[in-house]
Amino acid sequence: MTTQTVETPKSTGRVGGGLLDPQQMVRSLPDALKKLNPVTLWRNPVMLIVEIGAVFTTVLAVLEPSFFAWAIVVWLWLTVVFANLAEAVAEGRGKAQAATLRKAKTDTVARRRSGETVPATQLQQGDVVVVEAGEIIPGDGDVIEGIASVDESAITGESAPVIRESGGDRSAVTGGTKVLSDRIVVQITQKPGESFIDRMIALVEGANRQKTPNEIALNILLAALTIIFLVATITMQPMAIWAKGQNPGIPDSLALTGDGVSGIVLVSLLVCLIPTTIGALLSAIGIAGMDRLVQRNVLAMSGRAVEAAGDVSTLLLDKTGTITLGNRQASEFVPVAGVTEQDLAEAAQLSSLADETPEGRSIVVFAKERYGLRERDVHNAAWVPFTAQTRMSGVDMAPDPGVSGSVGREVRKGAATAVMKWVRDGGGHPTDEVGHIVDGISASGGTPLVVAEKGRVLGVIHLKDVVKSGMRERFDEMRRMGIRTVMITGDNPLTAKAIADEAGVDDFLAEATPEDKLALIKKEQEGGRLVAMTGDGTNDAPALAQSDVGVAMNTGTSAAKEAGNMVDLDSNPTKLIEIVEIGKQLLITRGALTTFSIANDIAKYFAIIPAMFAAVYPGLDTLNIMRLASPQSAILSAVIFNAIIIVALIPLALRGVRYRPSSASKLLSRNLYVYGLGGIVAPFIGIKIIDLLIQFLPGMS
Amino acid sequence: MGWIFIASLVLALVITHKPLGDYMYRVYTSVKHNVVERFIYRLLGVQADSEMRWAVYARSLLAFSVISLLVLYGLQRLQDKLFLSLGFDPVPDHIAWNTAVSFVTNTNWQAYSGESTMGHLVQMSGLAVQNFVSAAVGMAVAITLVRGFARRGTDTLGNFWVDLVRGTIRILLPIAFVGALVLVAGGLVQNFIGPHEIAGLTGPTNMTGGPVASQEVIKELGTNGGGFYNTNSAHPFENATGWTNWFEIFLILLIPFALPRTFGKMVGQIRQGYAILAVMGVIALFSVTLTNVFELAGDATVPQAIGAALEGKDVRFGVANSATFGAATTLTSTGAVDSFHDSYTPFGGMMTLFNMMLGEVAPGGVGAGLYGMLILAVITVFVAGLMVGRTPEYLGKKIGAREIKLASMYFLVTPILVLVGTALAMGNEAGLAAMLNSGPHGFSEILYAFTSASNNNGSAFGGVTVNTPWYDVALGLCMLFGRFLPIVFVLALAGSLAKQTPVPETAGTLPTHRPQFVGMVVGVTIILVALTFLPALALGPLAEGLLS
Repeated sequence: MTTQTVETPKSTGRVGGGLLDPQQMVRSLPDALKKLNPVTLWRNPVMLIVEIGAVFTTVLAVLEPSFFAWAIVVWLWLTVVFANLAEAVAEGRGKAQAATLRKAKTDTVARRRSGETVPATQLQQGDVVVVEAGEIIPGDGDVIEGIASVDESAITGESAPVIRESGGDRSAVTGGTKVLSDRIVVQITQKPGESFIDRMIALVEGANRQKTPNEIALNILLAALTIIFLVATITMQPMAIWAKGQNPGIPDSLALTGDGVSGIVLVSLLVCLIPTTIGALLSAIGIAGMDRLVQRNVLAMSGRAVEAAGDVSTLLLDKTGTITLGNRQASEFVPVAGVTEQDLAEAAQLSSLADETPEGRSIVVFAKERYGLRERDVHNAAWVPFTAQTRMSGVDMAPDPGVSGSVGREVRKGAATAVMKWVRDGGGHPTDEVGHIVDGISASGGTPLVVAEKGRVLGVIHLKDVVKSGMRERFDEMRRMGIRTVMITGDNPLTAKAIADEAGVDDFLAEATPEDKLALIKKEQEGGRLVAMTGDGTNDAPALAQSDVGVAMNTGTSAAKEAGNMVDLDSNPTKLIEIVEIGKQLLITRGALTTFSIANDIAKYFAIIPAMFAAVYPGLDTLNIMRLASPQSAILSAVIFNAIIIVALIPLALRGVRYRPSSASKLLSRNLYVYGLGGIVAPFIGIKIIDLLIQFLPGMS
Repeated sequence: MGWIFIASLVLALVITHKPLGDYMYRVYTSVKHNVVERFIYRLLGVQADSEMRWAVYARSLLAFSVISLLVLYGLQRLQDKLFLSLGFDPVPDHIAWNTAVSFVTNTNWQAYSGESTMGHLVQMSGLAVQNFVSAAVGMAVAITLVRGFARRGTDTLGNFWVDLVRGTIRILLPIAFVGALVLVAGGLVQNFIGPHEIAGLTGPTNMTGGPVASQEVIKELGTNGGGFYNTNSAHPFENATGWTNWFEIFLILLIPFALPRTFGKMVGQIRQGYAILAVMGVIALFSVTLTNVFELAGDATVPQAIGAALEGKDVRFGVANSATFGAATTLTSTGAVDSFHDSYTPFGGMMTLFNMMLGEVAPGGVGAGLYGMLILAVITVFVAGLMVGRTPEYLGKKIGAREIKLASMYFLVTPILVLVGTALAMGNEAGLAAMLNSGPHGFSEILYAFTSASNNNGSAFGGVTVNTPWYDVALGLCMLFGRFLPIVFVLALAGSLAKQTPVPETAGTLPTHRPQFVGMVVGVTIILVALTFLPALALGPLAEGLLS
């Protein structure tokens, strides 16, 4: 985990995946062989049938050995091994990550307030422990006292320390992370053995992986197809015996005798027809989907949540930090009549020199960039900080004793009502003009800060929410994918609308309270929509729990993390968009490989049916359109192709098929061409090539 | 002239599908009961305004069918004790069972010769009645599935008795009445005359008259297919002229091609209905064309020798129009024949076989065609839906584990019945003993019999002595399971669909009304069926046709 870098969202929307290491395949081989155990294989009925067939043909080959029989036996076993390999490789990547995580889970000792020390494993919910600088936090919990900087790189991979403090939305700490400074008192919230790291390890290892609803449904369809082909192959036997009986003059062939189609050929046909390709890769696709999230530092608590992400039709996005840069910036100085812009800029700068808030900094920066006012040292100045009561800040300057005629100066900037009151108190009579400017800025979605000096209003600073670059394109993309974006903000409706328009979201919820959020989610869900959202505060918990995909920020409270079904370790709300794309990619990969698997069957019939029956009905040789060399090489080629295609598609299953956000129609057309048409054509070519290679082997003519 | 025949049929169906589809929509959605219906409900003790859950609906349907089965069996066994028997003996038990099942399941497989086995009472109040109600049952099931898609958040699906009675009284009876008059005008007989001798060209022949036109019309309209006479629609009393031939095909296709419009109106998106109609139309036109091509090419020994594939066809219809009839009757679950499919060229015969193997969905039997096609659409949506990156949904309803399980079970029933039945026949003395032909053709005949029975078609390839106890029982079971298992699965599916709240359509939703989707359903249907039956087809018609 620590080696993973955080990928930034790309505007192309292409969801990439990890590379497949060929050595990984070799390393996973022992695991793949272990999975041959029918007790574990029964979870995959399609491959279980192949294994039963492999056992059956092995017995037949022992009883009546021939090169052809043994070649088929080997390739049937390989088919099962390849399928297990796909799963083992997918799991192997998780195991590597789990190993890194386990390192963080060293045996720690917890210290209670009384000073008594206990092993971390014995901590119960509700226990209170003290952690000081240099110590490892013994378990998940909430800070109830103190403030500290914490190194969370063990779980997030991010080396910069984060601040954790009691109360508020930054109180959650995770077991296994390290306190770098100060001292905190933590109340443990986890049950023994169920810490966040424990759950992470279980998740990436796929220890308690359960089939997701769609996976279950797909398995049912695959089982149905398997039954059909089982019936089709078994019932063919009496028909074949009868057909052979109709032509007693024709000598027995390897495929067809008076007793019907030979067991080995029958099993070969069955294995080629049942959907082995998708059957082999299905669980690997699911594991890899979770894995792709982990690579982006997102932990999905269930596969169901990943699947739901693909179905999401409404995204609730917090304005601050997701859509906008998180703080407002000065974008304009609007002076009142009789004041020049330069004067206003100068006063604004003066009032903000000591203002370390992002807004204050932006005023200084703007004054410098636009009006050439450099930062300066000011003497004899008393800074008036912002308070919730005065709702303004500024500076009081005493007259400079070194300069004759110098007079003192008081400058304030702040909320319109507060500053106007201050001006009136100072004997000034601000005109209506100020009100008009303020209203105008509010109407455009900005925040007006009135700048005044004693008895006189100078003008208004226009603070603007700055929308992150590329967001409009992102939302257009979402719209094409059929996803509605709703911006959530505490701003007033006017401001909210202006930003919503600028960012290009479909809708917004202004002056949003947690209750409003919950109500909105419920309303969307009643209309049959699936809702995704991010949240970090305790008051987000109900909404996170109600939403179909609730992504909690790792910086958030335990309650939020508990309520959501995903946790973003980077605490980057924009990632919600990527999560949706990964969900979609997972489903597309399943569908594409299912289509490919079924489409493959056509070519296999053209290989095997003439091989079986052309001896009895020579006309059926017309169906041998690939002109395969002999019945034996035709059947073996089909079986080999069927096995090799599994290995060939493992990288695709792990990486996921290419996904670009676009409308359903376009996606379908593309995938139909590649995996439908490709699935029909590819095996014709593949089987022919294999046949050209193996026809010279002994026993192939 | 074959293409004018086909084109005029298409034109007639294009004209009729809209008013008929809209009319059927009103029939099944109206809340009013007319006088006759109220009388029937009172007679049956039915609470017509109460809605049924799927299981209740299924139980009512099955109960009705069991009673129908018993009545029809009784009528045949006791016909000598009843009036209008024309002096015929009771029908033997295995034939009576087979016939009863056959007519109750809308199959109308005939293990008997009508004119020498059944009296007028059995024909009229037994067989003809079932021709009406078994068709109405099929339509009721289709409408119920459509309600499943159209309704939201409910567990009720309508009332079986109301659907049954309305389908019979408001749809089938009026059209049948008019149709019968047209057929009488075309030269079909309608009387109560028993067997009597008439002078023929080659000497005196025995002829049985009867209420033929009235039975003929519902035989086609209800996609039943059980003929009054053994030679079915090849008999001049059942199908007198070239234009009655046209009219009978028109009747066969009339309701099945109008139902998609009813479907579209009920789900509130007419274009969805047209997409389904397009799938049916594409497959049907493709099949009719191919059958015509194969028959007109006459690529087989006998046709080559005599210059045209006329064996088993009547000159008053000709090769092309007989081929069109053959395709229409197997594309629906009708099974009426005006020529002998057994004598078709190997590939022509294979087309009739393949049409049935498709599950009779293009356009299929009345009702059965629509629900079969909707099941295929559900399966297509499942795979295609995944490829657009969402869990699959059709008409806003999610296709989850339960839905795909029911759709899969529906899809499994008929192939299993066909293949297991055929395999049993080929590996069994009683099965083989009935074969009159050898080689691939002999095999095709057995395959055809089981395909026809399991898909509730009812047409026969011939060449098999099917009125033996073994075949009567085996085919009877195929018909029974082939009809009612799928119906139960469809009703259960309707039940689980109706419970759902639909997902609103967005740009991310797989559009199911575009040519893209139509093409996919056509492809999935043909590929799935081809994959299932290719080994069997290879040993039958393919082996025969590729013999050269």
